[in-house]
Amino acid sequence: MMDTQAEVGRTHDETMTLRMGPAHPAMHGIIQIDLRLEGEVVVRADVEIGYLHRAFEKHCENVSYNKCFPWTDRLNYVSPLINNFGYAMAVEKLLGIEVTERCKYIRTIMSEISRITDHMTNIGTSAMELGAMSVFLYLMKAREYLWELIEAVTGARVTICYGRVGGVKADFPDGLKEQTRGALRECRSVLREIHSLLTKNRIFMDRMVNVGVISQEDAISYGITGPFLRSTGVPYDVRKAQPYMVYDRLDWDVPLGSNGENYDRYLVRMEEMEQSMRIIEQALEQMPPGPYQVDIEGKPLEPPEMVDLGKLGKTRELLGVKLDLSPNLRGMDRPHHQLVNVPDKKVVLPPKELTYGNIEGLMQHFKLVMDEHGIRPPRGEAYQAVEGGNGELGFYVVSDGTDIPYRVRCRPPCFPIMAALPRMLEGGMVADIVPTFGSVNMIGGELDR
Amino acid sequence: MAEAGIALIKIAVVLGFVLNLAALLTWAERKQSAVIQDRIGANRASVFGLRLFGLFHIAADALKMLTKEDHVPQTAEKFIHGAAPFISFFFALMGFAVIPFGDVLRVGGREIPLRILDLNIGILFIFAAIALEIYGSVLAGWSSGSHYATLGGMRGSVQMFSYEIAWGVSLLGIFMVYDSLDLNRVVLRQGDLLWGVLPKWGIVTQPLGFLLFLAAGMAITKRVPFDLPEGESEIIGYFVEYSGMKFGLFFLTDFVLTILISALLATLFFGGYQLPYLEPDGFRFPWGATWSLDHYTVVFLQFVALVLKIVFFCWLLLAVRWTYPRFRYDQLMDLGWKVLFPLAVANVILTGLVLTLIE
Repeated sequence: MMDTQAEVGRTHDETMTLRMGPAHPAMHGIIQIDLRLEGEVVVRADVEIGYLHRAFEKHCENVSYNKCFPWTDRLNYVSPLINNFGYAMAVEKLLGIEVTERCKYIRTIMSEISRITDHMTNIGTSAMELGAMSVFLYLMKAREYLWELIEAVTGARVTICYGRVGGVKADFPDGLKEQTRGALRECRSVLREIHSLLTKNRIFMDRMVNVGVISQEDAISYGITGPFLRSTGVPYDVRKAQPYMVYDRLDWDVPLGSNGENYDRYLVRMEEMEQSMRIIEQALEQMPPGPYQVDIEGKPLEPPEMVDLGKLGKTRELLGVKLDLSPNLRGMDRPHHQLVNVPDKKVVLPPKELTYGNIEGLMQHFKLVMDEHGIRPPRGEAYQAVEGGNGELGFYVVSDGTDIPYRVRCRPPCFPIMAALPRMLEGGMVADIVPTFGSVNMIGGELDR
Repeated sequence: MAEAGIALIKIAVVLGFVLNLAALLTWAERKQSAVIQDRIGANRASVFGLRLFGLFHIAADALKMLTKEDHVPQTAEKFIHGAAPFISFFFALMGFAVIPFGDVLRVGGREIPLRILDLNIGILFIFAAIALEIYGSVLAGWSSGSHYATLGGMRGSVQMFSYEIAWGVSLLGIFMVYDSLDLNRVVLRQGDLLWGVLPKWGIVTQPLGFLLFLAAGMAITKRVPFDLPEGESEIIGYFVEYSGMKFGLFFLTDFVLTILISALLATLFFGGYQLPYLEPDGFRFPWGATWSLDHYTVVFLQFVALVLKIVFFCWLLLAVRWTYPRFRYDQLMDLGWKVLFPLAVANVILTGLVLTLIE
């Protein structure tokens, strides 16, 4: 390819071919844009995708339902929690089960935290590619507060694997409410700073206003959703249109743009972060309280000791004690477990007390994790959409009655946007590619799956 | 013979000062951006466990650049590709030849003018040097055999065209006020007092000219928000096919130009080596107090004053780098042709009117 590139460079053609990417600093997430240039004006643009194809959908056809979660983490790796919950909800729809109240609130709060991190990453990297390096680092700093929350809840930062069919991995740790409020306070102060650095910045506005414009009709006909669609003024948000979790119980607005340009998308994202914070604050208030710890003997017990007691048949005593779980199991003990998981033995792993403490629990655990046993939804299909960071993130799951999904299809929100991208780039300049492509917030893992 | 020796010493002093400051700026840029962005910044390089706030990174960077493979792409025009960084670097340094860093030094009955080249058209010399400097990047872009580099070179030449004229016209006011193209004369006349108290610096007589010169000067240093020829996230830049010390030279050229622009700002608008109320025989304050100093102290103080002014402007130019996003190609031309140039012309007309009225 190097050679052909150089050859084209030597001919005295009217136009010049430039292959932007896949190794290009602005083509993050790995794509290639084939450009025909007249000077710096883009005459034709072709988007080539597929560099990050990892066969997510095919993988899912080979493992049991719960084992798909680690792969959903890797779809949109900037907001993996939303993918987790979207997939979980699709399978739950198939099973016809309803998760517990506390679980719904946990999912809502974690989704919104993820949405903020998603938007922060997007605005930060876009600004950095425009040359405003400091904005990027300020936003990374703010994102860090939120990732600390995610770390406290899930135990990991990126590949969190927190969702489960019928619930979540573990309940919130103690003191999360206060930590969340502190993190949101920090985020708000950083966002104020970003507003003062960018929103009225003449150079930034020149680069963003009237650049990468897409009309309402085009956006709808391409199937674009999310902030991209809302920037054209279409009030479509999955959270309002088909409310799920607890979004219909909370008071929040859908910010809208008017021109469908980069600047509108920036403003919509900035406002959505504020709305997400409102959602989190309300959800934290309304959330049903956590469990009361029952403590018969007044002494916490280590899981291995429990296993020994269980072997001796002392299961009755075991049911009441407070567990001192190792950090990776925190929030998974029985009182928490009951609050965040459906009481369906065919779907949810038993709490660790029961697994270690009695034979029924152990058998239930085994039945669920063994191949060819596991969760077996009835034959049928289900589609569940959630509002991801970039738009409607849909999971379509087909079951043939076995413990392995027959088909899992993911509707990636940035795929339609990438299809519409050439239309937005053509006629612009090379320098416009950067903010326009940045505002797409393309995530390779989600796009190529 | 003695003349040649003195000239060599002067060259050594100026080159030593500029190159060391440029190296220091690479460190300052990293540390300053770190402070702005709540980071720690470069602090890994150490000698016997001593880190000195990362100052050893200057040496480490230079060592890295020098020992890296010097890769020349197959499709490059080898000779021009090799010569381009040196063209840039050489002409950027040449501009310093006419910057006065003192008036005259009297040693042993000899009067030594404290500038390398005593030209009566000093500023034209600098314009010529900077105009030739841009050829380095244009040639680098053209000879690399890469489309990204070509775009970078094109942007570089367009930027120079758009800004050199506004840059030059913005200075006309200064030369009308001080009535000379000789930089030393300009500096000497800035030592006069306005109404007996205010030093007659360029910033006082030509405030608009100063702002225009600063904006156009930033464009000439090719740094954010005017870093289009580099445009790291768009086209990577005219030096995309360079590695090793050849890339290092381009990198250093930017800093040398930053120092040159700072030196010009100090010389033309902030009195150059002049300190307020410092006469050749010591301080004479407007309220009558005097403090006489010997000749060497005065020359030394003047030199320090110039250095501090240069360092201040270097700091200012570095700080801007971390605050603003980058312009677009056409917006940059708009700014140069439609804003800066008309304003510069208006400044000339205004200056002419005022001068005529005063006479």
